[in-house]
Amino acid sequence: MEAVLFFLAALGALGGAVGVVAMRTPFYGVLALLVHLFSLAVLFLLLSSAFVAAAQVVVYAGAVMVLYVFVVAYVGGDTESAWEPIPGQRFLAPLLGAAIFIELSIAVLSSSLIALGTHGPDVPAGFGDPAGIGKLLLERFLLPFEASSILLLLAAVGAIVLAQRKAES
Amino acid sequence: MNVEWYIVLSSLLFAVGAMGILLRRSPIVILLCLELMLNAGNLALVAFSRMVGNQQGQVFAIVVMVIAACEVVVGLGLIVAIFRRKLPLDVDELRELRG
Repeated sequence: MEAVLFFLAALGALGGAVGVVAMRTPFYGVLALLVHLFSLAVLFLLLSSAFVAAAQVVVYAGAVMVLYVFVVAYVGGDTESAWEPIPGQRFLAPLLGAAIFIELSIAVLSSSLIALGTHGPDVPAGFGDPAGIGKLLLERFLLPFEASSILLLLAAVGAIVLAQRKAES
Repeated sequence: MNVEWYIVLSSLLFAVGAMGILLRRSPIVILLCLELMLNAGNLALVAFSRMVGNQQGQVFAIVVMVIAACEVVVGLGLIVAIFRRKLPLDVDELRELRG
């Protein structure tokens, strides 16, 4: 059962990722990313991290995707005419992608990580639920938590400054 | 499922994202591919956190999500600014900063 769910979600995640790269209209790319994100949330649930999965759905599928859809609609995501003018890069890019994949796989799988090839240890029932994560965030990782909230504020201000209408002169 | 399946899937997703950045020239799609790469990193973090049976990796993943949200906000703001100035939305055309 778990294996079936894993392969379904992995297929969704991979299909969504390939869709983002291959779709010519940015709007369809955004929709493919949505599929990818939901599949990733399923994978997070399989890894018994409920809070990260919920945050993934709420933050990404909820907020970030809405932002993308708005901007694509505003900019008028025209079909990209970009497939012709870079003939060399078009063949080089999949090659480099394959190279990165092989390299990463070798780096991880040939490392001597202890739990590789196992399920990992059995975790207690509350593993990865909001209570545990919240406790970690507010006790052990309080400083990174506050720093990331300041970063969010800065990003919001920066986006307003970048996208504001210039005073007509 | 063994943890290594998740790790291999994560590196595959990362490779697809990197390939997309090399292939596409629309800044919106490049941002989407950046999301793919960040999410692949997230998957690896959560898988490793499950592997050692420790929740701290999940906190890392949440911080990565915050960073991704910031990156999206600033990137989309830039795209809107580029669009407002009637510049082409094409990273090959936008090359004033090239050394």
